[in-house]
Amino acid sequence: MKKLRLIVQLIFTIFTNGYAYGFLNGKIYQGSFKYACVPGLNCYSCPGAIASCPIGALQALLNQRGFKIPFGALGFFFIFGSIFGRFVCGWLCPFGLVQDLLHKIPFPNKRKRLPMHNILKYGKYAVLIFLVCIGSMILFGGFAKIPAFCKYLCPSGTLFGAIPLISANESLRSQIGGLFFWKLGILFFILILSIKVYRPFCQYLCPLGAIYGWFNRFSLVQIYHEKEQCISCMACEKACPVALSLSEISTSPECIRCGRCVAACGKGCLHFSGRGNFVIEKVEKNPDIR
Amino acid sequence: MHFWKSNRRFAWLWGTLIGITFIGIGIMQNQFALIWRKAVMICMECIGIG
Repeated sequence: MKKLRLIVQLIFTIFTNGYAYGFLNGKIYQGSFKYACVPGLNCYSCPGAIASCPIGALQALLNQRGFKIPFGALGFFFIFGSIFGRFVCGWLCPFGLVQDLLHKIPFPNKRKRLPMHNILKYGKYAVLIFLVCIGSMILFGGFAKIPAFCKYLCPSGTLFGAIPLISANESLRSQIGGLFFWKLGILFFILILSIKVYRPFCQYLCPLGAIYGWFNRFSLVQIYHEKEQCISCMACEKACPVALSLSEISTSPECIRCGRCVAACGKGCLHFSGRGNFVIEKVEKNPDIR
Repeated sequence: MHFWKSNRRFAWLWGTLIGITFIGIGIMQNQFALIWRKAVMICMECIGIG
């Protein structure tokens, strides 16, 4: 399962960032695919990006003069969210892949969560409300509204957009200022933290995760638990990289459907399925199994 | 309430249909042209310059 997920993540990242010409010349793709959004956090200023970033698209629509409901971006969220939920985060997000790879680096006392997780996990909702939505509607740069999340926080934009573009484009390199170093600092902080903590950006800051998490309860793709075969060994809970209990797996907004619980289950009573809503009942650990 | 409970299993389908409807409205309001215009130019804010 781990290998399969890595292969899917790599193929999807290469496929959605496959415009090699852009990397070589410091330019970005300008074709018609950019009318559509990819499901994961993938900066549209990445030289290889062949489609748009859903959070970038949402902010672009909120940056319009006056207020209009951003139906275009919301449509993508509803479709991807209703079908996949946070499966997108676990399997299809390029920045999630980067954090997964960094977490493989050996480091003492690795953690699944940060201290005060139960408070910090709401950070992603705060980012969504205050930076992506309110920030984009009221913050002004000159005479235009600005995409506040992209400008002040998004590490994906720095990693996939800024670094390759600035490396290959001299005129952009000459315009670097304090803001670039602020974003570079955020990127490095998150990348270094990813070595110790599992996916800190996804767990605490990603507005896309906050949106897809809402769909987890009823999305088509779910992880099913067959209670009849379960011996309550709780191997699934031990394997969960975000420390969820069995009753939270799949339906919790924090579950990224990485499938480690499915792979860890010796009895095969957890499996991916596409049958719509299913809530796992609470299961207590079997005291006979250590 | 009864309708929701009996159709909960297919909530994803309702969500998908709402998504398709929203995209339709977005197309009618020309929102995708705006997304495209933003996406085909280097976003200076995204790369930390603007």
